[in-house]
Amino acid sequence: MPRQFYPVEHFSVAQAEYKLLPFKFLKLSADREILVNEVGEFILAPVGTAQRVIRRQLDRSSELFSTLKAKQFLTDSSSSALLDLLATKYRTKHHFLEGFTKLHIVVVTLRCDHSCHYCQVSRQTADKQTYDMSPEVAEKSVDLIMQSPSPHITLELQGGEPLLAFDVIQHIVPYAKKRADSLGKELDIVVTTNLANATDEMLCYLRDEGIKVSTSLDGPAFIHNANRPRPGNNSYELTIENIQRARTIVGYDRVAALMTTTQLSLDHPKEIIDEYVKQGFHSIFLRPLSPYGFALKTKRKTGYQLDNFLEFYRTGLAHILELNRKGYDLEEVYTKILLTKILTPYGTGFVDLQSPAGAGISVLVYNYDGDIYATDESRMLAEMGDHTFRLGNVMTSSFKDVFTGEPFLNLVSASCNQSLCGCSDCAFQLYCGADPIFNHATQGDVFGHRPSSGFCHRNMEVIKHLFELISTEDSQIMRIFLAWVQTCRLKDLNMRAPS
Amino acid sequence: MRLTTGGNAHSSLRNSVVGKITREHLPENERRDRILLVDSIPTARNQIVGYRGILTPAKIETDQFPIPLISSLQETVHLRTADIVGIEPKSGFVRTLYRPDSEHNVIFATDRCNSNCLMCSQPPKDHDDTQAMTDRNLKLIELIDSAPGRLVITGGEPTLLGERLFTIIAALRDKFPSTYVHMLTNGRSFAWPNFTARLAELKHPNFMLGIPLYSDDSRIHDYVVQARDAFDQTVLGLQQLARYGLRIEIRVVLHAVTIPRLVHLAEYIYRNCTFVEHIALMGLENIGYAPRNMSSLWTDPYDYQDELEKTVEFLSTRGLEVSIYNHQLCVLRKSLWKYSRKSISDWKNIYLDECEQCGVREQCGGFFKWATKLHSNHIHPLPAGNGTTR
Repeated sequence: MPRQFYPVEHFSVAQAEYKLLPFKFLKLSADREILVNEVGEFILAPVGTAQRVIRRQLDRSSELFSTLKAKQFLTDSSSSALLDLLATKYRTKHHFLEGFTKLHIVVVTLRCDHSCHYCQVSRQTADKQTYDMSPEVAEKSVDLIMQSPSPHITLELQGGEPLLAFDVIQHIVPYAKKRADSLGKELDIVVTTNLANATDEMLCYLRDEGIKVSTSLDGPAFIHNANRPRPGNNSYELTIENIQRARTIVGYDRVAALMTTTQLSLDHPKEIIDEYVKQGFHSIFLRPLSPYGFALKTKRKTGYQLDNFLEFYRTGLAHILELNRKGYDLEEVYTKILLTKILTPYGTGFVDLQSPAGAGISVLVYNYDGDIYATDESRMLAEMGDHTFRLGNVMTSSFKDVFTGEPFLNLVSASCNQSLCGCSDCAFQLYCGADPIFNHATQGDVFGHRPSSGFCHRNMEVIKHLFELISTEDSQIMRIFLAWVQTCRLKDLNMRAPS
Repeated sequence: MRLTTGGNAHSSLRNSVVGKITREHLPENERRDRILLVDSIPTARNQIVGYRGILTPAKIETDQFPIPLISSLQETVHLRTADIVGIEPKSGFVRTLYRPDSEHNVIFATDRCNSNCLMCSQPPKDHDDTQAMTDRNLKLIELIDSAPGRLVITGGEPTLLGERLFTIIAALRDKFPSTYVHMLTNGRSFAWPNFTARLAELKHPNFMLGIPLYSDDSRIHDYVVQARDAFDQTVLGLQQLARYGLRIEIRVVLHAVTIPRLVHLAEYIYRNCTFVEHIALMGLENIGYAPRNMSSLWTDPYDYQDELEKTVEFLSTRGLEVSIYNHQLCVLRKSLWKYSRKSISDWKNIYLDECEQCGVREQCGGFFKWATKLHSNHIHPLPAGNGTTR
């Protein structure tokens, strides 16, 4: 019998019911809403679309119906839900969880030469005995770090000003390398320093040991020096000079800078960004000030309203996009993290914006005295007398003690925004994160209250703003955004071969 | 260039014979696997004994001949020494299977197919040729002397060979491990985990699959390939293949049914098949089933440049490799030129009269030879030079 051809109707099921797959939705403006599925695929559509989908009022021959089905918002009998595929995509989005805790921050000293208003923990003292990490505590910390199942460990040496305790660095680095080697783990080491005390010898050591440098640059001199007082009021001049020296010795791309936003910064987004361009950086992180520690105490001096920060962010991002249009490659890190979640099949393991929250699960902090904290912020709370998130001490706690202890269990009970009230049905749940420590610090319990949460307000507004930019379909903006998110590729795909 | 010819048969042998063309008489000990192509049949018996077959354009009046003979051969110029041909002693059909000087050689796996695509250039036949074709292909592989740069396994649907397909791939792997093998398959069979596992086990070091996906809408894909559930099977097959790290290219034939959702398809590929190494956007071939279904397929390539540009932009800005095949430069706007490849196999590649005065003919892939009957209405010569725009 010769083969024959069938019309398209032969391949569609005209009347059958369609089934919904899990998705969430949100009204973005008077006439537009967004639908987001379990793996972050989204549809921008006219208001009322979600309702029509749910009430089974869709025209099944419409382009919208085809798109909803292809993006796995719904399924009908002409195609199975391809749940296997959805599972792969879900695993890929949460790939960052594989390996458990990867980032380990070691506070080698509390001593510092600066007295920044927003710093929560530093001490201006010469007392090495009291505020530097002892060799025993350093080794015990590394021993615990190396018990992490992750094959790739990042060790961040922090302070205070860690270069003031250079002997501790010289003790911990070879010890950590030896342990990582014997366990077959890859080890990245970063030192977070203001560079003010960096001698050429120190920088040569960092170069020879392959240690990256992360320093602070808050903007041009009038902002930087106001934010970061030190004897002589010359922090900016020292920083600029030392960034150049560190680039020469350690390597141009091995030196990164972070900024902190204060009340003073808020009026000067362009000046701050231009300073980063002037210094040859291609990455800037428009970070909000954390509400902890001395920063909380000195609120009148450095604190500000969240809406002012959002205005600062929007103006800054517009300026950054303009610089990119003119040909200078500059990425904004927070935007890049969100766009990776929104525009790509991948997820990101940024500890401050993930679910489960990064605290403890992706990052641990080992204080100079051996106390273990879930995050840098929980260490700062402890400095103010709140030890809720002290998970143990390296001299007395085992790996098991840390991760089965009451403080950790309390923390992770509120770590998944998938199950937090106000988050679980939010369209942005997958793009956003959970921050039980922020909730505890600002609202008194780890679960928090979304309608009055600064974390929620900030991320909702930032994500909405990004969708506004995406929906303009400005091909130049999209090209810039896509260039920012191209850093994760095949290696991040979580395709598991059946065992 | 032609790949087939025929003549009069003089044998009742049913089985096809595979051999290597020689246009010169060879000593008796070198005749094994050789097919002699001569102007006239030698009379001395010792001059023909030992050859696998004899081809001649001469007219011969004999019913019985001791070895497979095809006479009155219509075409002979395309047959060159060392070409490998398959001859049908009973029907007189002569097919060129392999040309050592070409980069466009194929292993034709089978005529059978479980799909029935509207625009199929090589319509399937419903007869079981799987064993005979496998025998022929294994013999062909045995006869190839030096490692080809690349080989394409095609059909029909090669996976319908079942286990025999793996025998062929293993033979290629063992004899020519450095030869790049590209297998064109609808991918549906790889939805079976065990089947994919078998392919992965072979560990061919230089192997890639070319798999068509025609729409992100399962109904449209199923309609194009004329098979229910084909979309689900192909998508699952792609996932299975990726799990084993097998290299994959996605092929999309562009026509009136696939163009409307092309940009959506690009997004689907990015979100669901990010692992693919290459995406080929291919012009329609006016051969096989296509002429019969042309009323529902035809759209002038000139008219879908917007969709093509959006699709290429979407994929390339997301780091995916994308190429445009089978399109002429005069129907592609300048922004698309860098994606256009000279993709048409040498034996079916032509240029039209209009191309005579074209300044960029050398960069252009030209046409399929069956495009003389149907091609874009906007074919025209372009001025020479890269900087010129139309």
